[in-house]
Amino acid sequence: MKATLIVHRGVPGEPERTEQFEVAFEPGQSVLDGLRIVRRDIDPTLAFRFACINANACKECMMLIDGKVEYACTSRLKEGLTVLAPLPKKALVRDLVTEIVPPDERL
Amino acid sequence: MHLETEVLVIGGGGAGMYAALEAARTGASVVLADRSIVGRGGATVMAQMTVAAALGEQVPDHWEYHLADTLAAGRGLCDARLAAMLCEEGPHRIREMDSWKVGWAREDGHIKQAQAPGHDRPRCVYVDFLSTGPAVSRTLRGRVNAVGGIRRISELAIVDIAVRDGEACGATALHLSTGQIVTIGAKAVVIATGGLTRLYRRNSASANMGGDGYALALRAGAELIDMEFVQFFPIGHLAPRLVGMDPIMWDPFRYKLGGKLLNAEMREFETDYAARDTRSDGRYVLTRDLATYAIFKEVEAGRGSPAGGAYLSFQHVPEAEIRRAFGPVVDRLAANGINLAAQPVEVAPIAHYHMGGVRVDERMCTRVPGLFACGEALGGANGANRLSGNAITEAFVFGARAGQNAAEHALARSNGYSADATRCTVDLLRSASRRDGPNTAATIATLQALMSDKVGPFRTGRTLQAAETALMEITSEIGDRPLAAESPCDPVLVDWLDLRNMLLVARSVTAAALARTESRGAHQREDHPGLDAAWEINQIVSLESGRLRLRRQAPTIDRNAA
Repeated sequence: MKATLIVHRGVPGEPERTEQFEVAFEPGQSVLDGLRIVRRDIDPTLAFRFACINANACKECMMLIDGKVEYACTSRLKEGLTVLAPLPKKALVRDLVTEIVPPDERL
Repeated sequence: MHLETEVLVIGGGGAGMYAALEAARTGASVVLADRSIVGRGGATVMAQMTVAAALGEQVPDHWEYHLADTLAAGRGLCDARLAAMLCEEGPHRIREMDSWKVGWAREDGHIKQAQAPGHDRPRCVYVDFLSTGPAVSRTLRGRVNAVGGIRRISELAIVDIAVRDGEACGATALHLSTGQIVTIGAKAVVIATGGLTRLYRRNSASANMGGDGYALALRAGAELIDMEFVQFFPIGHLAPRLVGMDPIMWDPFRYKLGGKLLNAEMREFETDYAARDTRSDGRYVLTRDLATYAIFKEVEAGRGSPAGGAYLSFQHVPEAEIRRAFGPVVDRLAANGINLAAQPVEVAPIAHYHMGGVRVDERMCTRVPGLFACGEALGGANGANRLSGNAITEAFVFGARAGQNAAEHALARSNGYSADATRCTVDLLRSASRRDGPNTAATIATLQALMSDKVGPFRTGRTLQAAETALMEITSEIGDRPLAAESPCDPVLVDWLDLRNMLLVARSVTAAALARTESRGAHQREDHPGLDAAWEINQIVSLESGRLRLRRQAPTIDRNAA
């Protein structure tokens, strides 16, 4: 099975752009699995946040998945197109990474 | 950017947060740095259930009984000082957490304690439902936020400890989301970075657990101990694919409901292996090393489940009882298409914890003055195999001790930082460049596959030698200057810095595993089966002039040894 991820790329101040990645997947895999496959097989420069990989404990992988705010680790990959974008109400850092660190924990 | 503090704590999991709290309580200023977000990354937040302490709430107990179980599980290699400290001070920290309203599960007016394998009686507290780690993290995060004197900095990856005249005096760090190089002057430094499970393909901890602290300690001149002992958790979830849940979630189900481990013939096989364990009472009490062994052997004999593990079945348990024991977790399983009353799941061993780690004395201090370690990052307390339930307890106990001792050390001396001590690492970070090189994410995957296949729970001299060669090849492939893409928030640079640490730590594990020509606890050499009394000895790794050096030392069996 193939999933096509259309991913927001870039840093603040750059014109909006997306890149498209096609990954093979097995039923049951998560969107986060897909993003990790993209880095491993296609483009290691793609930036997204996660720590706990699969447990939904760190709550760091929140992003816009097909327009809805979701955790990449609990959303399933699907056949066809999936659009991934950074959280809309948080400042963009790069690609899918936004500023979610509590203000008093920033540098 | 430059920061100054009295105590720098590296790692914001359970041990790091406890260290920060105690350092602040002792009167020192603290910087608590985490490469992810304080209290969210690391291993503590992932814990689901058992925390062992001789509270005597469920049945009469004494910490000496807990110590006896800990030492027995450790197969002769425990540092008795550390193990005794863990068991003796555990109850105090568990009650302290209780007073901070962590919410330990209660029954009939007392804290409920569950039986876990390797323990002689019900001793493990937990938070329902499978919420021990999140509850502990939330409670400690609340405390750390509430007390003064702790500056929390998330997304700060420590690259090297700064050492001046042989003493720790701070660190050099990379702030990930801004790309800034940060130097930190500190009178004492506490390593609380957890273990190394990320070295393995299938693992149960977070992506932050790549052994950073071990590499930091080695390069700073400290020693590591027992690096060959990587604990594999026997019944990590294997199939069907499960999202949004920790792969080690099945153990609590077994404690509460008594799940059965079955092979492809749908026959229970644990008892076939129980005789090997002197502490087994014939019930579900195979310690983790033996259960891992049993599953591997069943798979090897062609009796594995389709995905290459064992079946875990709760089909004998009435549906209502499953619901009563695990409430909302049952719905999360249903969302993954799993109905425990109707079908078994498949499980297999998964890298879970590291017994080895930074070598410390009874003050949690390394051989480098001013450099301390705590939690999973230190080695010795659990010997060759950790008892179920000791990890969170040691995070609390060793974290608190390290924080207090680091603060006392810091308060007794003047500032020893000088920019010379960070220059080398600052130059390394500045030399990061975009150049042709391997895909760093793919290289990490290669390293994980290599460690799983050749330095997993079952090793031979041949696989270990092949691993040593391959690790040196990868080391030369990535080069000695960082690969980078674009700053800030550069995942390629982070991967490269991680590989720098992971490779050094992987080589330490492999070297120690190759030298130990026997099988003991979590270290099983198929070419050297069985325990060899002559090997009742700890191996100690250091970095001397850029080369790994291995030496041997008799275990500390006197719990009062200075």
